[in-house]
Amino acid sequence: MKLITAIIKTHQFDAVKAALQAFGVRGLTVTEASGYGRQRGHTEVYRGAEYTIDLVPKIRIEVLAEDADTDDIVDVVVKTARTGKIGDGKVWVVPVETVVRVRTDERGPDAL
Amino acid sequence: MNGADTAFVLISAALVMLMTPALAFFYGGMVRVKSALNMLMMSFISLGIVSVLWVLFGYSLAFGDDIGAGLLGDLGHVGFKGITPETLTGGKEGIPVLAFALFQLMFAVITPALMSGALADRVKFSAWSLFITLWVTVVYFPVAHWVWQEDGWLFKLKVIDFAGGTAVHINAGIGALAAVLVVGKRVGFKKDPMRPHSLPLVMLGAGLLWFGWFGFNAGSALAANGVAANMAMNTQVATGAAMLGWLAYERVRHGAFTTLGAASGAVAGLVAITPSGAAVNAFGAILIGLVAGAVCSWAVSWKFRLGFDDSLDVVGVHLVGGVIGTLLVGLLATGGVGGLTQLGRQAAGAFSVMAYSFAVSWLLAKLVDKTVGFRASEDDEVSGIDQAFHAETAYDFSAVGGAPASRSGHQTPAQHLTKKVDA
Repeated sequence: MKLITAIIKTHQFDAVKAALQAFGVRGLTVTEASGYGRQRGHTEVYRGAEYTIDLVPKIRIEVLAEDADTDDIVDVVVKTARTGKIGDGKVWVVPVETVVRVRTDERGPDAL
Repeated sequence: MNGADTAFVLISAALVMLMTPALAFFYGGMVRVKSALNMLMMSFISLGIVSVLWVLFGYSLAFGDDIGAGLLGDLGHVGFKGITPETLTGGKEGIPVLAFALFQLMFAVITPALMSGALADRVKFSAWSLFITLWVTVVYFPVAHWVWQEDGWLFKLKVIDFAGGTAVHINAGIGALAAVLVVGKRVGFKKDPMRPHSLPLVMLGAGLLWFGWFGFNAGSALAANGVAANMAMNTQVATGAAMLGWLAYERVRHGAFTTLGAASGAVAGLVAITPSGAAVNAFGAILIGLVAGAVCSWAVSWKFRLGFDDSLDVVGVHLVGGVIGTLLVGLLATGGVGGLTQLGRQAAGAFSVMAYSFAVSWLLAKLVDKTVGFRASEDDEVSGIDQAFHAETAYDFSAVGGAPASRSGHQTPAQHLTKKVDA
């Protein structure tokens, strides 16, 4: 099993969620996140005092998937989250040892 | 009694009252989340303290019979002695003295509140309350006497201060500067980001200030007449022009038309038209507004260069705006009043109030600092003055935590659950 984590632009979230649902992903976890990549943040001015805002608001999506589906799910996210402009985000995949469904105590792929 | 004038002054008093909570929101939105309530309270408390002092001795010191040199009123009206609902100003066609006293009370309330923005985030609430108690007594009440009581020495010098450019704005602006120099900079000044936590609140406050200012300015005519109408018109157009002036400067200098700039420009215009509005026409008012907006916008940047931490630019907006309005009326006054002689009088008024207020405010701030301590502890300042002095926080952002503290007869959900399980 794999954990797919995607950091995407906030306004792309609805499209990505819909695409993942259409693909058949049954569950995901979403967090409001903030951070920066190579483009850094932006500047705001208050009465002439300039503030560099490093951290840009983003959405973090986490999906647990079986190994066979992983590449497809990554493709779905990347295709729908892409705007071609700077700051589109990142997707990464890490191995997961086990998953437990809290309600039933099911383990492994059954718990997905 | 003149019923129309009385009604107008009573309504104006209510409008001016609204300016203090409006100011509280104007300032409150400009501070960080952790000190939003303290900022609101530092302005709001003035409504409590000064209202009481006004009855006890404030009205008498400001508008009582002169003690001789035009410097102070006597104690003849302590506790409103000798003033009944039937007592009128200026004979049969006057208004009740109580209406005038109520109107003037609102000016005495907002003036110390104006200073609070300079000391945002870092003073003890008790020390601030003590400071404004002393300050209105020793600075505001006498200066109001100088400017507005007919035996006051600046009144007799023919200084024009229709609604408070010297007594209110210059007085508060320079007093704030003196207090800032005693209290010192916020922890992290020029290093940590201290951007406003809610510009919509700033905008709301500025809008309500603008609304209340019609009472402040037009009401100062003390009569429902053409002078009041002229003042109301000038208040509107000068404020609009000042907003444009500030935004234009900002667009050229910093590349954006900011919300904070629009709100600040409006306030700068309101300040500048206050002393002068009754003596100029609408074109003069627009000119005063444009100049005040642009110059105040430039002036607020000076605190970074000079290194004093006037947190919310009370000096840049109220002192600078007040001086601009007070001096320009000398040049722009219509009806044969304006000219270099009048400019000289205006300068004398502005600078004598500045000198007196700066010196005495500095001494009072030192006195408070040496006795009870003006400054909050660094710990309280960093962790947030709202919790330290008011036992409250402005916003609850978190779904986690925030459970009520355990008291007898009051259980948190978790405790309740534990007891059930035990049983």
